Amino acid sequence: MKYTLNVNGQSRSVDAAPETPMLWVLRDQLELVGTKYGCGVGQCGACTIHLNGVPTRACMTPVSTVGRMKITTIEGLATDAKHLHPLQQAWCELDVAQCGYCQAGQIMTAAALLKDNPKPNDDDIDGAMAGNLCRCATYMRIRQGIKRAAAISAGSQEAAR
Amino acid sequence: MNHPTLSAPVNRREFLKLTGLAGGGFALAFYIRSAGPADAAESNASSIDFAPNAFVRISPKGNVTIVSKQPEMGQGVKTSLPMIIAEQLEVPWQEITIEQGDFDEKKYGNQGAGGSQSTPSNYDNFHLVGATVRTMLVTAAAQTWGVPATECRAIKATVTHSSGKVLTYGQLAAKAATLPVPAKEAVVLKDAKDFSLLGKRIAQFDSPKIVTGQPLFGIDVKLPGMLYAVYEKCPAFGGKVVSANLDQIKTLPGVKDAFILAGSGKVKELVPGIAIIADSTWAAFSARKQLKVTWDEGKVANESWETFVTQAKQQATQPGGKMLRKDGDPDAALAGAAKTVQAEYLYPFISHANLEPQNTTAHWKDGVMELWSPTQIPSAGAAMVTRVLGIPAENIKLHITRAGGGFGRRISADYLIEAAAIAHKVNAPVKLTWSREDDLRHDHYRPGGLHFLKGGVDAQGKVVAWKNHFFTFGEGGSPGSGGTLSGDEFPGRWIANYQAEQTMFETGWPMGPWRAPGSCVFAWVMHSFIDELAHAGGRDPLALRLELLGDKDEMPAGGGGAGAAKGKAGGGYSVLRMRNVLKFVAEKAGWGKKKFPKGSGAGIAFHFSHRGYFAQVAEVTVTRDGQLKVDRFITGVDIGAQVVNLSGAENQVEGSVIDGLGVLLSQELTIERGRVVQSNFNDYPLIRITDAPAKIETHFLKTNNPTTGLGEPALPPVAPAICNAIFAATGKRVRQMPLTRTDLRWS
Repeated sequence: MKYTLNVNGQSRSVDAAPETPMLWVLRDQLELVGTKYGCGVGQCGACTIHLNGVPTRACMTPVSTVGRMKITTIEGLATDAKHLHPLQQAWCELDVAQCGYCQAGQIMTAAALLKDNPKPNDDDIDGAMAGNLCRCATYMRIRQGIKRAAAISAGSQEAAR
Repeated sequence: MNHPTLSAPVNRREFLKLTGLAGGGFALAFYIRSAGPADAAESNASSIDFAPNAFVRISPKGNVTIVSKQPEMGQGVKTSLPMIIAEQLEVPWQEITIEQGDFDEKKYGNQGAGGSQSTPSNYDNFHLVGATVRTMLVTAAAQTWGVPATECRAIKATVTHSSGKVLTYGQLAAKAATLPVPAKEAVVLKDAKDFSLLGKRIAQFDSPKIVTGQPLFGIDVKLPGMLYAVYEKCPAFGGKVVSANLDQIKTLPGVKDAFILAGSGKVKELVPGIAIIADSTWAAFSARKQLKVTWDEGKVANESWETFVTQAKQQATQPGGKMLRKDGDPDAALAGAAKTVQAEYLYPFISHANLEPQNTTAHWKDGVMELWSPTQIPSAGAAMVTRVLGIPAENIKLHITRAGGGFGRRISADYLIEAAAIAHKVNAPVKLTWSREDDLRHDHYRPGGLHFLKGGVDAQGKVVAWKNHFFTFGEGGSPGSGGTLSGDEFPGRWIANYQAEQTMFETGWPMGPWRAPGSCVFAWVMHSFIDELAHAGGRDPLALRLELLGDKDEMPAGGGGAGAAKGKAGGGYSVLRMRNVLKFVAEKAGWGKKKFPKGSGAGIAFHFSHRGYFAQVAEVTVTRDGQLKVDRFITGVDIGAQVVNLSGAENQVEGSVIDGLGVLLSQELTIERGRVVQSNFNDYPLIRITDAPAKIETHFLKTNNPTTGLGEPALPPVAPAICNAIFAATGKRVRQMPLTRTDLRWS
């Protein structure tokens, strides 16, 4: 089946079986490999993308169900390469990653959290991030990274005023 | 990554030169000159990189590239080891590009990453590598100016003369490329007190790529015309394929081919199975669901965990298969003890569960096998390709990709050989991707074990007797990795009446090194039981440990006793370092100074492994309904004189603490009839952020000892520190992993 998808603000055409998870459409066909395969059953969060801004497990999302929804992947989170999302800045600044394999999924989930809750506390963070596994266990820095990103965002809003 | 290569490869001749390096090791200094007298350095100057060894390249434009030879799997060596070179080279960190070196041990020396050895085995050499290049650049400047080198100084990628003249490294590259590599005696190392980079917090070089989702990992490899493979193995370890519906599979959408591989006959090499080759990962995954296979499971199908546990309990009081150590008369000492304690400790098999499932891309073309693999030990994979497929070493090209977690799993090359064996039969590049289920069910597991312990204390609470009958699991006649208890394992050697025996159950289950093999479980058993003895004798757990360690500064390896085995990594045990780090962490934690309400408490433990001395204190709260929360976790670290990258070091310790907690909380595999029952993270839960401690503190105790590694040694004391804190909080002793097996409710 042919599908026209809205990926990171671009119209992309793919030919895939209807049940094909978005995970593999992104990785194998669109060469957007930032979205990671970890479990295939929605347990680890490594494949988290946004559908119309809502964090979604790409491994559990058949391509046929996406329609014209706006798909955002880690590659499209920043407005452009020179202006990283505050979470991406914070992740680099605080050296959050170890192996880094889960971090795109962590950042995508955290980005949705910050949109709803610009100043989350530890409980808010733990609640929102509980679906994302980090095998290297960088959880302390993920908490710090989200708070740092919140501060960066608050600072830039302050500056914009 | 930026690849600033301005060289003209056709005009270069490469010379290999062997030079002795410090630290008892060696490295191949690899230097490059222009092709011959005709193209003098002058005429070709603008196109020659200065690359005096395998690790550093400076282009005439001043681009500085450092090659990282060790695999990166999250332990941070792709950043930390180049930092050592950069420190000596005097190039600002922001100006350096790091490249991952391909597998080439003739060029780089050992490229394995395991046993927390990357730092200690490269530390001195990399100082010399950086200092040697700097020395050549200074010499080049001195010769250019006609001044003594002693009047010149390297600073921020330039050489400055005392008169104020300055040349950049880029300007000096061509001249430096004509100079001989100086002997190490002629190279002056920068003194530690002048370090401006080492010990700082430096973010990983690959961070920008990680956070923007750029391809980095083995699973991200894509080649023109590449096909996608899955490989179905028998659920029972090492089982053979009798027949499969290959003809039907070949008709499925996207499927290009399907075939059986017989395997190499070894459970940790090429395992028999069915390869399905398709035009996408999903097509291969989908076709696999239609597979119908008849397996010959072999005798492994008779082996179940529960059966072994029952057997061990029956044999616990019988003589063990092997006496590991016997000092004094433990039975008499137990009989004469004021108090005795008897306990059974049990831990299950667990998986590594790297978040990036095993994968490798392979391309068999014109007699050359080219591979892209997330591997910890590339030499093992290459050797296996030669052994199993008969491809000579010189026809194997192996690219080391970033690995989404290691933890010892990728020391094995089983997935690499599968990809190579599949590609050997396919006329295209092929990426093999394991499913999560493959990964959990075909790991090389951390072996489980049981310890039957008896201990005695005298009227003053001093430990006077210790007996342990350890049951372990073997493959091919010897225990699996981490399944061998050394006769030297603490507190062996420290207790006058001490006995350790080992009985091994032979299985067909594949086992392999899991982060701090052996140590990751033995520290839990020993330090939990020491805690039991402390409480039996009415002693403070810290005070008893200090008494047990004693006043000696060194405990030599062996030291008599039947079958005394060599100690870990260096043999001798610095009691002085352990005492000091134990007192250090106790002070940082405020041990003994806090009053905890019922349901809260503190526990302490220590361990020496991988040349590092670690002591830890856990502060926990257990709710009345039995929920554990780690409130604060404090680690004291002695890894010698120099922390290389403080950010990476703290990250390794924090990760180890949470990993140790996660294993304790919930990790357990059930092996029934020679196969793993669990399938994915729904029934094999990893620790989540909600269970991470509220606070983790890491304190480095700097000592005048060689710098050593951090990937593993922070983990072993975590579980006993937490379990001892649980006892302090609730009076409940945890003697079985995981914690789900113990009812922690209290009233």
